[in-house]
Amino acid sequence: MATTTVREYTGAIKDTVVSFWHGLSITLSHLVRRPMTVQYPDRTPMHVRDMLPPRYRGFLEVDAAICTGCQACERACPIGCIQITLEKDPANPKQRVVTQFDIDEAKCMFCGLCVEPCPTGSIQHTREFEASQSDIRNLVFRWADPATGFPVYKVDKTAEYYPRVELGSLVRAKLETRAWDAPGPKFFPPEPPRPPEEKKPAAKPAAAAPAAAAAAPAPTAPAAAPAADKPTTETK
Amino acid sequence: MSVPAIPYAPKRTAKSVVLLTLAVGFILPVALFGAILVLSPLTKPAMFEALVNQLGGNYAAWSPTAKAGAYAGAAALLGFMLLNFGAIISGTTVWWEMRVSSRMQSRIGYNRVGAGGFFQWIADAVKLLLKEDLVPAEADQLLFRAAPYFVLVGFALTFVALPFGESIIAADLNVGIFYMISVTALVVVGIMLAGWSSNSKWALFGGMRSAAQVISYEIPAGIAIMVPILMAGTLSMQGIIRAQGPWPWQWFVFTNPFAFVAFIIFFIAQLAEGNRTPFDLPEADSELVAGYLSEYSSFRFALYFLVEFGNLWVMAAVAVTLFFGGWQVPGTTLQTFQDAIGPGPLPGAAWWGLQLASLVVFVVKTLVVLNVIVWIRWTLPRIRVDQMMTLCWKYLVPFAFVSFVATLLWMIVVARYPVAATVTGGVLTAVFAVVLAVFLRQTKANITAAGDRVDLTHW
Repeated sequence: MATTTVREYTGAIKDTVVSFWHGLSITLSHLVRRPMTVQYPDRTPMHVRDMLPPRYRGFLEVDAAICTGCQACERACPIGCIQITLEKDPANPKQRVVTQFDIDEAKCMFCGLCVEPCPTGSIQHTREFEASQSDIRNLVFRWADPATGFPVYKVDKTAEYYPRVELGSLVRAKLETRAWDAPGPKFFPPEPPRPPEEKKPAAKPAAAAPAAAAAAPAPTAPAAAPAADKPTTETK
Repeated sequence: MSVPAIPYAPKRTAKSVVLLTLAVGFILPVALFGAILVLSPLTKPAMFEALVNQLGGNYAAWSPTAKAGAYAGAAALLGFMLLNFGAIISGTTVWWEMRVSSRMQSRIGYNRVGAGGFFQWIADAVKLLLKEDLVPAEADQLLFRAAPYFVLVGFALTFVALPFGESIIAADLNVGIFYMISVTALVVVGIMLAGWSSNSKWALFGGMRSAAQVISYEIPAGIAIMVPILMAGTLSMQGIIRAQGPWPWQWFVFTNPFAFVAFIIFFIAQLAEGNRTPFDLPEADSELVAGYLSEYSSFRFALYFLVEFGNLWVMAAVAVTLFFGGWQVPGTTLQTFQDAIGPGPLPGAAWWGLQLASLVVFVVKTLVVLNVIVWIRWTLPRIRVDQMMTLCWKYLVPFAFVSFVATLLWMIVVARYPVAATVTGGVLTAVFAVVLAVFLRQTKANITAAGDRVDLTHW
């Protein structure tokens, strides 16, 4: 050990006293100040979602009333968490119908790339972020009713804006009606194999068949299934 | 499509919970301190005899066995209450420390179990008791199981000689402070046993560090304790308090400048012996997991935890006894207590009132010191082992010897010129008051410099 000079020795005592002095006064000053903590979730002055900045990227919301069915969002999604299916309305062949518009919020990484190409602003990030579910499949938001679907929106060229419902109201309605412990859909994903008679001739039947066959024995297959499923159901 | 929005209102603690918390927070200390206040004097032989006679019995006619049995029963009751006091004060100290520490870090802290999270310590205790009681397969079974009891006994025995008020002490031993040092040394034995018997490197390092630390710091602590002993001329806890006066300028810490140094040395050494931050090296979480506690779980862990926080009270009470005038009530003298006993075999109401006042004074002083300990813990980071040793051997031990010898000389001066003690007391008290005021101004400046203000609304 190096020798200690008297100056170092007394200096150490002085440093101790000074650091005690400042340290204790700093902690005491914080003791009598208001804490920073926001007591999430139930003691905040308003819903936390309403305290977030407006450009917060929470759950995606699709306003079906102004969705053109262009699938730009589906193509933009880097992880493929959006799944859109378009079919022709049997009653009115001119009218196309979105029969499936599923967004898997459990996969979504909230990058916002789907929002940017949307021509009408139908798909948007909301400030909703609270959706704990005991079954992860319940985090798939189905924006089109699988039974009826919704007709695509015809863009009015003269329109100056698109009549969108209040941002977040649709997601909130879905969240508030879904219990956290609701049982998840048994078959989703992947989609159950559809009856072949209502299908158009499959673009790649060879690809679809092995995928469907693999889905039955192996639980790892579902990841491959949507990709294989896409060409068979897409009708443009 | 859209669901009507659910009206939002911030949740508040229910009124019933607040009332329950207030009730428990009021009843608990009243019951504990009340029991200690009543039982401590009444379990002294003379008072016990008077009480039995007062209640219609004839103590003199009792057989020796009955006398011994009744007396032992009363003493056991007092012991039970003191143990309960230790356990509950430990639990509430945990709660208080967590609240204070979170405020110091701009957090809120416990706030869910009861109003202000007051029942958190009960919930923690229940949780700990429900955990699996695990003894490692390679551990030394007997020592591993025995170690917590050494720690607990070392803690519980201090309450024998711990004063609470003028006549409120379980036993005023004539070697009181010596006894206190001796029994607290048992804690080290338990910690070393725990470190060794766990058969874990973390625990062993923790135990060894603790041994090195506590045994080193016993030396400056022991020498610093000699200073009030010299000034009082007795080892008895109550004797040391009686040698001081009720007013700050009559306390040992201020009447003798060297006693002030001794107090600082004693206080630092107490922190080190209690394994408190900045001296919590034996259980340094970042290096040693939890030190000697690493392998413990469930009830055994709870015992260590209880002792660690219960020791805060003991540390504070001993410091108050030795340096801060103990239970001396301002405006009274020792004669006041004597006069209030009254003519009857049992003391009158005035005497009990004075006892209560002395209890309150002692408890308030102890809580102040306890808060300083908590405050220091959440201010300073942990020091290194070599720094800890340097502090002890290069700074505290020499200064302790200096203050010891200087006190001897000081006693000669005071014997010659008794006014010297009063003058020093007044000057040091005034200096302390000024320093405190400057410190509070500094604190206020810290608050305003940050653009904030004093706001206690969210306590």
